[in-house]
Amino acid sequence: MALGEVVVSATGIEKYFGENHVLRGVDLEVRERETVMLIGRSGSGKTTMLRCLNFLEEPTVGSVEIDGVRVEADPLHQRSRAHQEQIRQIRLRAGMLFQDFNLFPHMTVLQNCIEAPTRVKGLPKGQAVELAESFLGKVGLLEKRDEYPARLSGGQKQRVAIARALTMQPKVLMFDEPTSALDPELVGEVLQVMETLAHEGSTMIVVTHEMSFAHEAADRVVFMEGGVIVEEGPPEQVLVEPNQEATRQFLRRFLGRGAASVPGGTGETAMPILSTGGRGQGTAA
Amino acid sequence: MAAGATAREQSGPLILERIAEARRRARFLYRGQFAATWLVLVGGLGLFLWASGQINPEFIAKWGPFILDGARTTILVCVVSITFATMLAILGAMGRLSRHPVINGAASLYVSLVRGTPLLVQIYFAYLALAEVGIVLPVLVAGIGALAFNYGAYMTEIFRAGIQAVPSGQREAAEALGMAQGLITRRIVMPQAIRIVIPAIGNDFVAMIKDSSLVSVIAVQELLWRAQSAGRRNIAILEALLIAALIYWLLTIIFSFFQERLERRMARGDR
Ligand SMILES: Nc1ncnc2c1ncn2[C@@H]1O[C@H](COP(=O)(O)OP(=O)(O)OP(=O)(O)O)[C@@H](O)[C@H]1O
Ligand SMILES: [Mg+2]
Repeated sequence: MALGEVVVSATGIEKYFGENHVLRGVDLEVRERETVMLIGRSGSGKTTMLRCLNFLEEPTVGSVEIDGVRVEADPLHQRSRAHQEQIRQIRLRAGMLFQDFNLFPHMTVLQNCIEAPTRVKGLPKGQAVELAESFLGKVGLLEKRDEYPARLSGGQKQRVAIARALTMQPKVLMFDEPTSALDPELVGEVLQVMETLAHEGSTMIVVTHEMSFAHEAADRVVFMEGGVIVEEGPPEQVLVEPNQEATRQFLRRFLGRGAASVPGGTGETAMPILSTGGRGQGTAA
Repeated sequence: MAAGATAREQSGPLILERIAEARRRARFLYRGQFAATWLVLVGGLGLFLWASGQINPEFIAKWGPFILDGARTTILVCVVSITFATMLAILGAMGRLSRHPVINGAASLYVSLVRGTPLLVQIYFAYLALAEVGIVLPVLVAGIGALAFNYGAYMTEIFRAGIQAVPSGQREAAEALGMAQGLITRRIVMPQAIRIVIPAIGNDFVAMIKDSSLVSVIAVQELLWRAQSAGRRNIAILEALLIAALIYWLLTIIFSFFQERLERRMARGDR
């Protein structure tokens, strides 16, 4: 699918947690309809980077532009009204999915979906319900619309969270390891929804440890280490024939036993852990 | 292996049934002894009082209903006070969690001041001291005001803990959806915090039923005030206080019962 305009553009993102220099200058551009997967070992700054994009974490240095709304870092925490409003505008354009779903437990599935569209975007209720129902249908959970989240399985919760994010009609969806809190048998249903979204041309940024999923669904894979992007490119390159030694090392360690290739590469049989819906060995880290 | 399984299948239900039966009997016995203990102790106390010749049955028959009527005022005072206290507590908790120095300072002062002074002093203050500076409140208003003000401060800390017990991911998810801080507090955090603190509010309500007796000192005509005035007039203080104590006791038993049921239901919860 042909990519469109640049939707997300982060420039020179740096982040300190106290003395800890976690992001050391990250530039990231994502185009319309592009699916970018962020990989890297634990602690490399993937989550922090994603959270800096919608200012759940305030970057120390740098700027983020999403769909024409640009916000500069606010290192002195002046929190001006204009700055806060810009951040809100960014968040309206970037849906976010969390590891542990974070559905609102006191609201039904439908209420979860229409809360922000009606109260933040001012969408008339009827219209919001219609939208929400169409997205719930899309993730296969329309019949659960009046259930409370407590009655859903983890996989269903994450799919509702996806429908909730979609109902805001964002320009980009950001996922932070959306399947890592799920029982293995529930991973597949969530990945399937994400894959469908990717094929339909949603713009997505996904932090993941699911390498086979990255290989299948990503337009571009970004490998981070030590708070910088070490290598990026199409999955066939980064996951199969990486240019950088660090990437090779990561893949080797991640895939275990010195296996350096990936499905689509040569050693199909050597890669049992890469079957779709399975979980890589490194996920526990 | 197969034989063992069959044996277990045969003896299993039987043994389980016998254990269940034994448990039932033990529980029944326990409850019976428990109730008998109460009956003997309370009955013995009643008999002792009766035998002492200090109890005037005519007074009880004549003035009992008058005193009992005070329970209505007691409940009214408590329901209104706990309602206002809850509102104060929500504001107080938000103030205590605010990053704004003035708001936080004001809320902290409120809590410190109220917790650092006796309720009785606060009640006198609301009625007598305010009158000195020209604010004359009807006794009922002064009494309710003092109770609400007092409980509001204690409940502020309960609400603060409740708000902090809402997982931070909830706020983040709402922020990520573009919701503004006020909206998040009102729609996402507070509803969950209130669920968390409802059992504690129930607890405080039961405590307030007893503390509300203090407003009798400014002549709010609730249970204790009625008991005292009837008792004094007829020189039957013992009987009057006994009646009042009994009614307070019954009220707290009734509300504790509902409170415990509520608590159990909340514990089952929909999470
Ligand atoms: N809120 C925080 N306060 C302080 N340090 C933090 C905070 N969040 C993350 N860090 C630190 O920042 C570094 C990067 O963390 P981050 O969560 O971005 O890594 P990650 O790549 O997402 O790792 P994982 O694969 O385990 O999720 C880590 O050293 C972590 O300890
Ligand atoms: Mg992470």
